[in-house]
Amino acid sequence: MYGTGLAKGLLLTLRHFVESYADDIRYGFRKYHHSTDNFAIRQGTKTKGVITVQYPDEKVAVPERFRFLPFLIVEDEDHPTRAGKDWCTSCGICAKVCPPQCIWIVRGSDPNTGRPVPDPEAFFIDIDICMNCGYCAEYCPFDAIKMDHDYELASYNRTTHHIHDKKRLSKPNSYWRGIAPTRAYEEMLARGTWEHKDAAKEARRGTASSRSQPPRPASAQPAVAEAAAASEASAPAEATAPAPSVEGATPWSEDDAKREERRRKALERKARRAAKRGTAF
Amino acid sequence: MDNPALAPERQLDATTIDEATAYLQSEYAGAVTADDREGYQGVIIDRARLVEIARVIRDDLGFDYLSSATAVDYLGAGDHMEMVYHAYRTSGGGALVFKAQADRENTEIPSLVSVWSGADFQEREAWDLMGIRFPGHPNLKRILMWEGFHGHPLRKDWREAYYEEEQKPFDSRWPGGHVHRAEEKNVFGKNVSYPPEIDLNRLMDTSESAVYQSLGLGVDVERIMDKDGFETNELVVNMGPHHPSTHGVFRMVLTVDGETVTSLEPVMGYLHRNHEKIGERNTYLHNIPFTDRLDYISSMGNNHGYVLAVEQLMSMGRRYNPPTYRCEALRVMMVELSRIVNHLWAIGFWLNDIGAFFTPVLYFVQERERILDFFEAVAGSRMMCNYMRFGGLFADLPERIKSVSNLTNDRVRDYNTMQFLTEMINERIPRTIDDLERLLTQNEILLERSIGVGVLSRDDAINYSAAGPLLRGSGVAYDIRRAEPYSIYPELDFDVAVEEEGDMYARYRVRVAELRESVRILKQILPRLEATAGESIWADGKPGAYAPRIPHGEAYGRVENGKGELGYYLVSAGGRGGSANPWRYHVRAPSFINLTPMGIMSRGYKVADIVGILGSIDIVLGETDR
Repeated sequence: MYGTGLAKGLLLTLRHFVESYADDIRYGFRKYHHSTDNFAIRQGTKTKGVITVQYPDEKVAVPERFRFLPFLIVEDEDHPTRAGKDWCTSCGICAKVCPPQCIWIVRGSDPNTGRPVPDPEAFFIDIDICMNCGYCAEYCPFDAIKMDHDYELASYNRTTHHIHDKKRLSKPNSYWRGIAPTRAYEEMLARGTWEHKDAAKEARRGTASSRSQPPRPASAQPAVAEAAAASEASAPAEATAPAPSVEGATPWSEDDAKREERRRKALERKARRAAKRGTAF
Repeated sequence: MDNPALAPERQLDATTIDEATAYLQSEYAGAVTADDREGYQGVIIDRARLVEIARVIRDDLGFDYLSSATAVDYLGAGDHMEMVYHAYRTSGGGALVFKAQADRENTEIPSLVSVWSGADFQEREAWDLMGIRFPGHPNLKRILMWEGFHGHPLRKDWREAYYEEEQKPFDSRWPGGHVHRAEEKNVFGKNVSYPPEIDLNRLMDTSESAVYQSLGLGVDVERIMDKDGFETNELVVNMGPHHPSTHGVFRMVLTVDGETVTSLEPVMGYLHRNHEKIGERNTYLHNIPFTDRLDYISSMGNNHGYVLAVEQLMSMGRRYNPPTYRCEALRVMMVELSRIVNHLWAIGFWLNDIGAFFTPVLYFVQERERILDFFEAVAGSRMMCNYMRFGGLFADLPERIKSVSNLTNDRVRDYNTMQFLTEMINERIPRTIDDLERLLTQNEILLERSIGVGVLSRDDAINYSAAGPLLRGSGVAYDIRRAEPYSIYPELDFDVAVEEEGDMYARYRVRVAELRESVRILKQILPRLEATAGESIWADGKPGAYAPRIPHGEAYGRVENGKGELGYYLVSAGGRGGSANPWRYHVRAPSFINLTPMGIMSRGYKVADIVGILGSIDIVLGETDR
């Protein structure tokens, strides 16, 4: 019979209309009053009717695994031995595994010997390019880069605000344990300690006297390592805060010739590696 | 068209793939040779006899369904272009892979449109992106790029405007990684070139006939426009690209006679980003989050097809462990949940298209919200899930779906995951489907609008390589989960939804039936998840490498996605130890190939029906344009 479908549809709409006021009768307009309890009523599984979230006054909390833009973990300020130290060792895996290649890392090097040290001198993420896939956090062997929960990053100027440098990216370890307690706990189990891998290793080695220095690569000669230790002991601040010339100003405005030179060298390296591997086929 | 499946007495005694290839090689010795490159399969056919032999493959051997036709550029490895075809039997089974080769310069391979109409758009794509000409193609024009595009971008020697290096990871990122912006190095306007033959002044001509003529459509605009006085008989109507009914930036050019459509030409490519070129620059792992962005409604399914293809390649290597049972069960669960999301979305927006504006769709997507909340809690993102890995998954299910944050409403959402899932699968989703059916299935407005509209016959559906609900709505019981099962589908109990009529209503019924079948599968998954709790999700017991090297060879991984057959054709050109980046990465996109029969499905219907017909195909432009 014609008309029944129409009537059914309208009845369903009517049902939804009535339901949107059923809770109002039960809770009164208290339901809309701005408080957590009332929000819980509206967002709970049993709710009926209006479930709208009044963003930005109210926000739905995101689950632990939610991922939005990476950040770097630094040790808390009240950490007894490593306060303010990066967890990152500038191994470069995050930069290699990043699908849109939005991570740039300058590996730190010892000013005296020129040898690489496990500390990033600078760290940049172009958040316009980042696709929030979470690979950097997933494949970081040191649990030093994590995905954030803060999704409100609107700004007026993308050229000055959307390349995050190390200062902008760094957040204390306690912040990560706050937003993702379960995962931080799982990582602790995998690592075997709440401390950074290297810190734990050092503690086992018993080099407690010089714990503030970053661990050295195993291949380093003892004499060289001594020198490096001495230089770092004399300037402990440098280990935590990178040189302002790199960090502060816009580093991508450095002169083209230097950049070209570095790029040429990198390509040569890559070609040599490819030649060693053999051709593609 | 004569249908070989209905005439079994004509089929030769070649039931298996091996027998079929052996038959071809013995019968056409000289023209057909086995592809004996390491890790490759199928036969190479001399292109001079390609059409003839393809007809034998279709009619005599019974491979009536051309799933995928794509090109590979073997620059530096034989220096030839190669077309790769995957043909299947609609009765099920594996692929007969056949290939045709030609020189890289002035490449010509005969068109197979006369054999399989489904080759139409795929050959146009191969011309557009690879520069292969197809003599015999009725309308060989660019399809994703515009005609003023210079070059054929998927050729290995073509470089994009912001070219940095052949392969990722780029060397400038580490250890001396000083950040730069691509647009500072290469300012827009200086990185564009045009082919010499194009006349850019033409773009300034705004007369209507020039606009349509310039777009190179299969419409004789001159004839239609060249009339004196006031004529309303036949005219050209442009729909899109910015049209609410097209689900994105998609365009159709219709020729209408009064209100009746006489021809329709889909125009696409507005969202084209050369996904496949990006994929060839990427490492294998990099590609997984990129597949999320294809059909963004069902990203879990996209992940699944891709990891299956890569796992096929990995299985040719020495050390390979198949995924664990728990991993497979979780994959199937996620894929079936995204199928539910996809079909709720498809039905809801199809209703929009036929005039029930937004009220019903919002009733259905309420349930979708819950599923996406679940995805977010498990995978970290609602739509761009990036959940599957080679031989594993991103992570196991969390114990609780829980929000932890510094917001005031932390405790609003805190559920036990299995309890949440059980409730969702056993109660909420079936309830939503019941609601949906009660409202729609017998609704006479819907019946009037959809029965007998947009009819695609059984033979046409097969011949045009239609896939998914579009194919099954035309009476072909072809579902890859049954026809060529993967993962744990063989042991799951479910039916293939199929309807005979081939109209919009039949497609709607197929989708509803698939919703119910998905729930049926999910109910079987729940006890399997409980039984395997605690099992590792990783094939090797530990997370996979961040830069896996994939053995030499080719693979075609395909899954039954919500929209149809989603296939990934991969070529790995690994030397010793395998390759880190795919040599060729091709996506057989159901949204794209399902548009091939759009023209014949629309002929004879009214303009208002076109919107509904497009909605009933269910396309997503992220996948159509790639």
